[in-house]
Amino acid sequence: MVLFLLRRLAFMILTALCLTFIVFALTNLPPNLEKLAKTQGNSRMADAEVTSWLHKRGYDRPMLTKYGEWLGVVPGFTISDEAGDVTGTCIKRSIDPANAPKYCGVLQGDWGTSTVFRDDVSTIIGTRLALTGKLMFWVLVVMIPSALILGVIAGMKEGSKTDRTLSSIAITTTATPEYVSGVILIAVFASSAVGLKWFTGTATKAMDDATFRNFFLPVVTIALYGMGYIARMTRASMAEVMTAQYIRTARLKGVKFRDIVIRHALRNALIAPFTVIMLQIPWLLNGVVIVETLFNYKGFGWALVQAAGNNDISLLLGVSVVSVVVVLLTQLISDIGYVYLNPRIRVS
Amino acid sequence: METLSWGAIIVRILLQFMPVWIALAAVFVLSITYKRKLGLYGKLFDSKVGMVGFFLVMFWIFTGLFGAMDMIITHDPLTQISGLKNKAPGTPVPDSSKYSGYYLLGGDNLARDVFSRMVKGAFVVVQIAPLSTLFAFMVGITLGLPAGYFGGYLDTALSFAANLILAFPVILLFYLLVTPEIVESGIPNYMAAVLFIFPLIFVGVLLNSRFHTRPSVRTPLLIVVLGSMGWIYLSLISEKGGAIDLVPALLDGFDVPGGILVVFVAVVFVNAPTVFRIVRGLTLDVKTRDYVAAAQTRGESHWYIMLWEILPNVRGPLIVDFCLRIGYTTILLGTLGFFGLGLPPESPDWGSTINEGRKLLSIYLHPALPPAIALLSLVLGLNLLADGLREESLRD
Repeated sequence: MVLFLLRRLAFMILTALCLTFIVFALTNLPPNLEKLAKTQGNSRMADAEVTSWLHKRGYDRPMLTKYGEWLGVVPGFTISDEAGDVTGTCIKRSIDPANAPKYCGVLQGDWGTSTVFRDDVSTIIGTRLALTGKLMFWVLVVMIPSALILGVIAGMKEGSKTDRTLSSIAITTTATPEYVSGVILIAVFASSAVGLKWFTGTATKAMDDATFRNFFLPVVTIALYGMGYIARMTRASMAEVMTAQYIRTARLKGVKFRDIVIRHALRNALIAPFTVIMLQIPWLLNGVVIVETLFNYKGFGWALVQAAGNNDISLLLGVSVVSVVVVLLTQLISDIGYVYLNPRIRVS
Repeated sequence: METLSWGAIIVRILLQFMPVWIALAAVFVLSITYKRKLGLYGKLFDSKVGMVGFFLVMFWIFTGLFGAMDMIITHDPLTQISGLKNKAPGTPVPDSSKYSGYYLLGGDNLARDVFSRMVKGAFVVVQIAPLSTLFAFMVGITLGLPAGYFGGYLDTALSFAANLILAFPVILLFYLLVTPEIVESGIPNYMAAVLFIFPLIFVGVLLNSRFHTRPSVRTPLLIVVLGSMGWIYLSLISEKGGAIDLVPALLDGFDVPGGILVVFVAVVFVNAPTVFRIVRGLTLDVKTRDYVAAAQTRGESHWYIMLWEILPNVRGPLIVDFCLRIGYTTILLGTLGFFGLGLPPESPDWGSTINEGRKLLSIYLHPALPPAIALLSLVLGLNLLADGLREESLRD
């Protein structure tokens, strides 16, 4: 088991390294650096000014050196101007250049500075992730129980009228991406044109003070898209369990149908959906980006859009590290959880 | 002229779709008459779910095709007619020599006809989604079959690459790949050069493994097929003055605008690893069967076994996944449009139109809702079609 975990951890680190390098390479392409210079400096800079702007900040050096600096395995970039003042990425404003640390990268715990928000990447990611965590928590609270109930009821009697209806609902929600369901929900429940106005169309206020009125729509929008898939998997798993021998035995013994479902079928039927739910979480990240943009909720997804739109290299790298950790961690939990839930499988 | 009532609007829209209804009726009558002779496609018409799905999908395909021929639309999707900005559905167009009729679903923020834009948007999806899904399948199959069949280091390396791409959040990948700066750097062209070679490899190996014992058939066949595919391939990737400029202008059949190409490449790139995983899993399962062992004993080549023994036997799940994946690609295209990536801003595709419409959603509903419902119904149709196919292919 320990060996299995170590192997997975090594795999996770390798993936994160490859992934951040790809992001790094793409964001450091000459056209992207030029865009960065023009958004940070002056949008009408001449080519020579762009070159000197990039040179002063050390952007014009080889890719591998810069990547090594970001990681913290290569000494940080320094440059001295005509007056002899030394500046560099590792030298913070209040620190004397002589005392400044030599290395400042991820390994030293320094995630760099965001060029868009002019703040430490770790603080930005921390605050934004907390906001998205709040959103995700409520999404999971809404999504999982409703998906499981939907799936179990549909799978109880396969082919019945209830099954047909609930399956159609599930298939419709999987066919509705967040930007479609979000638009429809806002149109129906929040716009003044229809006049219901039960909820608000933006969730900006929900960042500090989430209420049912301003937080319900974004939560439901994400939950709906993920729900259908989990419900269908639960239904398939439930339908399979209901045809098993021991369920027939229980029925022949004369156990009540309700007791069969709750006592005998449910536990075994919920193993497969557990895996699906865990693997669904990274997918929710996409929904989070769309919904946060749509409802103007300034969380992790919103930060991703801002960082990508402005070629904010450090922030983008931070964002990709977080997302790769989320993806691989959920995979790991789903693998381990599956083993614990299902006694027939043991880690080999 | 008076503003139309809702009943009149619906009647007029239904009439406007007349070519689509005729084509749909023809397809359904013909298919149901001959359904016993049409294999899996014919069996689709035994299942109600499959028929509904097929109806929705064909509706949008015909709408896209006829719309591209300017048949269904009432106005030009890019023309702005003054005085119709954000006007309600059914507003008559001010009489003039050039324009007449009504804005059946109202005008958008720039006084363009919402109905015509929705119809034109169908063509963008019908063009890109099936084709890019097909390319993703070619890449996934060509790499997934050997990975599953041979295993070993090849499998480890390819699986790692696939998992790496899958660990990327799709939207981050889009933001990194589908920007004007990246198009400028020529990366999409190089990626296209790599990704689009897979259909050539696939077809080449497919034909060669089957006919290599009969060189008199094989050689001319390969020359004709690979020659024409190679020409399409080179025309596709080379662009006058672009990153790859190999083919002289005389031979360059067509140019794909950089914006469309990058969207295409990004969508193929995102879809291919999932297809790879599916094909690899299916191959791992099927390669232990007796008929594979029989072929191995006969001394068939590895590629013959993969492409002519294993692949036909896993076609069921692949066809079902193909339908689902076109739906997912449609969603991805909408996502790109929603974030204003890739396609030109005035493009009538559904994602961009939803994105424009959502900004005024609290006051005007009509610009955002038609494309949203169109996208929903197409993806729903594809999902239902996949369900119908799955049911029917499991039945026998």
